[in-house]
Amino acid sequence: MSQEPKEIRLTIDGQEVTAREGTSVLDAAMANDIYIPHQCHHPDLKPVGACRLCGVEIDGRMVTSCTTVVQEGLDVKTNSQKIHQARKTAMELLIADHHMDCLACAAANDCALLKDSAYLGIEPEQLQRLRPSNKGLPIDTSNPFFQFDPNKCIICGICVRTCDEIVGRGTLAFIDRGFDTVIGTFGNKSFIESTCESCGECVVRCPVGALAPKRPKFAAREVQTTCVYCGVGCGIYLGVSGDKVVDVRGDRERPTNEGSLCVKGRYGFNFINHSDRLTKPLIKQNGEFVEAEWEEALELVASKFAETKGDEFAALASAKCTNEENYLIQKFTRAVMATNTVDHCARL
Amino acid sequence: MTADHRTVLICRGTGCESSRSPAIQAALDAELQDSDVEIKFTGCHGMCQQGPIVIVEPEGTFYANVKTKDAPKIVESLLHDGEPVERLYYKDPATKEQLPTYHDIPFYAKQKRLVLHNCGRINPEEISDYVEAGGYQGLKKALFELSPEEIVDIVKQSGLRGRGGGGFSTGMKWQFCQQAKGDVKYVLCNADEGDPGAFMDRSVLEGDPHAVLEGMAIAGSAIGAKQGYIYCRAEYPLAIKRLQVAIRQAREQGYLGKGILGSDFEFDIEIFQGAGAFVCGEETALMISIEGNRGMPRVRPPYPAHSGLYGKPTLLNNVKTYANVSQIVNKGADWFAGIGTEKSKGTAVFALTGKIANSGLIEVPMGVTPREIIYDIGGGVLNGKKFKAVQTGGPSGGCLPESFMDVPVDYDSLIAAGSMMGSGGMVVLDEDTCMVDVARYFLDFTEKESCGKCVPCRLGTKQMLTILEDIVEGRGKPGDIELLEELGGGIKGGSLCGLGQTAPNPVLSTLRYFRDEYEAHIFHNKCPAKTCKHFITYHILDSCVGCQLCRKNCSAEAISGEPKGIHWIDQTKCHKCGVCFEVCPPKVFSVEKRTGDLEIHTGEGESL
Ligand SMILES: Cc1cc2nc3c(=O)[nH]c(=O)nc-3n(C[C@H](O)[C@H](O)[C@H](O)COP(=O)(O)O)c2cc1C
Ligand code: SF4
Ligand code: SF4
Ligand code: SF4
Repeated sequence: MSQEPKEIRLTIDGQEVTAREGTSVLDAAMANDIYIPHQCHHPDLKPVGACRLCGVEIDGRMVTSCTTVVQEGLDVKTNSQKIHQARKTAMELLIADHHMDCLACAAANDCALLKDSAYLGIEPEQLQRLRPSNKGLPIDTSNPFFQFDPNKCIICGICVRTCDEIVGRGTLAFIDRGFDTVIGTFGNKSFIESTCESCGECVVRCPVGALAPKRPKFAAREVQTTCVYCGVGCGIYLGVSGDKVVDVRGDRERPTNEGSLCVKGRYGFNFINHSDRLTKPLIKQNGEFVEAEWEEALELVASKFAETKGDEFAALASAKCTNEENYLIQKFTRAVMATNTVDHCARL
Repeated sequence: MTADHRTVLICRGTGCESSRSPAIQAALDAELQDSDVEIKFTGCHGMCQQGPIVIVEPEGTFYANVKTKDAPKIVESLLHDGEPVERLYYKDPATKEQLPTYHDIPFYAKQKRLVLHNCGRINPEEISDYVEAGGYQGLKKALFELSPEEIVDIVKQSGLRGRGGGGFSTGMKWQFCQQAKGDVKYVLCNADEGDPGAFMDRSVLEGDPHAVLEGMAIAGSAIGAKQGYIYCRAEYPLAIKRLQVAIRQAREQGYLGKGILGSDFEFDIEIFQGAGAFVCGEETALMISIEGNRGMPRVRPPYPAHSGLYGKPTLLNNVKTYANVSQIVNKGADWFAGIGTEKSKGTAVFALTGKIANSGLIEVPMGVTPREIIYDIGGGVLNGKKFKAVQTGGPSGGCLPESFMDVPVDYDSLIAAGSMMGSGGMVVLDEDTCMVDVARYFLDFTEKESCGKCVPCRLGTKQMLTILEDIVEGRGKPGDIELLEELGGGIKGGSLCGLGQTAPNPVLSTLRYFRDEYEAHIFHNKCPAKTCKHFITYHILDSCVGCQLCRKNCSAEAISGEPKGIHWIDQTKCHKCGVCFEVCPPKVFSVEKRTGDLEIHTGEGESL
């Protein structure tokens, strides 16, 4: 039997808050509407304390709040002068290193760097003292769905940890050292040549526009639904603009996938509005397919089934059906059609 | 005198091996095999510059710069007349006096060799040599006379502090590991030694590997570990080979393995070869590297004493820390605590290099002053130049000026002065060294060695480096000095691991003691040491005799002049390589190096 997690009481900026045992100081603060800037923290991933922006003061010492777990009676200061100065330095360094191409950037309306630099009040004059990096590294556009621009990468490692911890693929890694450190695939190949399966999990977590979808999304509204591709039934939100689906995102509340998706669910929605898509049943007449109504088509199928028995018949089920539907297909094949010749596309 | 009972010690440390000491040994072996003279090869003697070194005991005759062709002479002296080969004596660079034995050489006379006591004395590939010299007595005592708690107590009482640079109390660390819960624990030895120019740990491993094995085994018995790893950089092939031999012999003789010395203690050691990244010397990165991942430091806590290698309680100490332990347990805490200063006990091992007459590996009691080290042991600044600063602590340390020369050297005094002990580099800088350029050199190293994980270190060191490059190349701006200080403070306070937390030290310490040199570059277009090319010009004086040497050697063809006539330099063509300055005959000495002389700069600094 698992024990109820203990509630811990602590003080953040003079405010008494409670948090569950094991919670980080960062999460505890954010849950109580005390904002702490951060770039490398992501709620789905283990904390690493790399960006140093979430530093807070405890007993006069600066610690990273993402890696510090709440303790009874902790007295945390999130915004002392010392902390503010350290954050400003880190933020100015990040911006001086970043390709500030905000107008053309896919992440512009949801960029952690812009958000935190506004929060910290970074001033352009201050930035002018620094030497900008101007790396001019090539952009990897090899993947059909997303691109990687190392000039915008802040090396937070979120993508690396996502691919390791969530996807289990381990495609991404830190490459080289020092200022030359970049994110790359094994052997620093392009994405398309790597072991990447294009799930896009890293792309959705990238806090800036370094890993970004190639087709920017302009959804007017969202529709909650279930992915049609397979029996897992991942929860998704379709981004809709007019009568078209323009975007898909995973539903973080759905227990089946907790926001994760595979390449098909995330990027494979073109078929919806594709001109080749069949929207009505077709019946072959005199060697040619002719559009028909559902009633007519189903009756034709039923009559053909009635003429067939035993091993003359075979059923091939689809991964796009639910498990329950697939169960019914095999039951129907064995009990009604009297054959064991039943298979499924997922094992072909 | 007869040749009886003489022992010839031939240094085969990395330095002497590379200057062919094995061939000397082979030559002596061939001639002396039927005699009573014993020939032994040893680890480093410390005076690598003078190598290959051959010593004849019991007299202590010290032959320097020995060549294979000198072997017959040495043989003759040993077998026949007994007269030493005087021309191979070491010549004191200061007094030019020839000194027959190492007892006479000031370089050795002022040292106190504890960690290095066997280096250069015993054959590191013979365990019997080590045992005869008192080796493995500490382990015996630890296993049969002391409880684990008592061992930890002795180490604590001795006052030993970590020799890897940080200077944390070794006894405390052992206590944490001992008290940590867990049936699997590890003992690790840090032999990464990534500081540029450092070779202290390498010399200990090459010269006295069993001392390290013994220290680790004692640690294992104290904290309850069965397995040890030595993390050694792969660039140390000789150290690795000697360790392998030592581990094999220790296993054969029952000092490692199951049931050590008949007790029920089990402990074994494996060598892990690192790829030589500086940051892999940081404790968490080292462990992550052994686990097979990219060596990137992680946030502590959890501390390795609770969750280290493979998540198990782990003890990590430096090579020299372990080498001290074996003697401390054997000779007692008081013996060790009697050496050194109040808070820094024992000795410090330094790799003394730079502009110094006698460079090499030295060991001194904690608390001696830089003046004693540099002048008494090191023989003073090279070529009689003026002393400017001494750099300690490698890329994590700082530069200390003349005013620090009489301050006792220990962990705390160095930190107070803005430097640190580090693992023991000591570089002497003379008047011709530009302090801005020294800072740039070290920052160039740390910037490249940063693991890239955290923002202040990865980007901050690069930012500081770029500013320093700008300053030495004449692009410094007003405000740069303040910016360097601000960034330095931010990087020190904000970085995740010790690399970033100490990386600004070379800059901050030179700003503290040599700020005027930065200002000279930025505001006055001058490099006071006349080293930064951008700020210097070469000129030929009227005393030129027209020998044409400079003209012939100038690859830029910038020098004109007729034979026997006064020459001149076309400043627009000059590459500032300084060849003219070098080749002008010393008697003539007509080429002059000037700084701040010509306003041909185009840098932004000029806008002032
Ligand atoms: C960047 C960096 C490099 C380090 N390199 C070394 C090293 O080469 N050798 C070493 O013993 N300690 C090194 N250290 C210190 C170790 O992290 C650790 O403190 C030490 O090995 C502990 O041993 P000690 O207590 O015996 O000194 C390094 C630390 C940092 C931050
Ligand atoms: S798209 Fe998926 S598989 Fe590819 S690198 Fe990103 S997380 Fe890994
Ligand atoms: S690509 Fe994005 S997620 Fe990955 S390290 Fe760079 S900024 Fe972070
Ligand atoms: S301080 Fe430097 S070396 Fe240490 S973790 Fe940060 S980036 Fe890596």
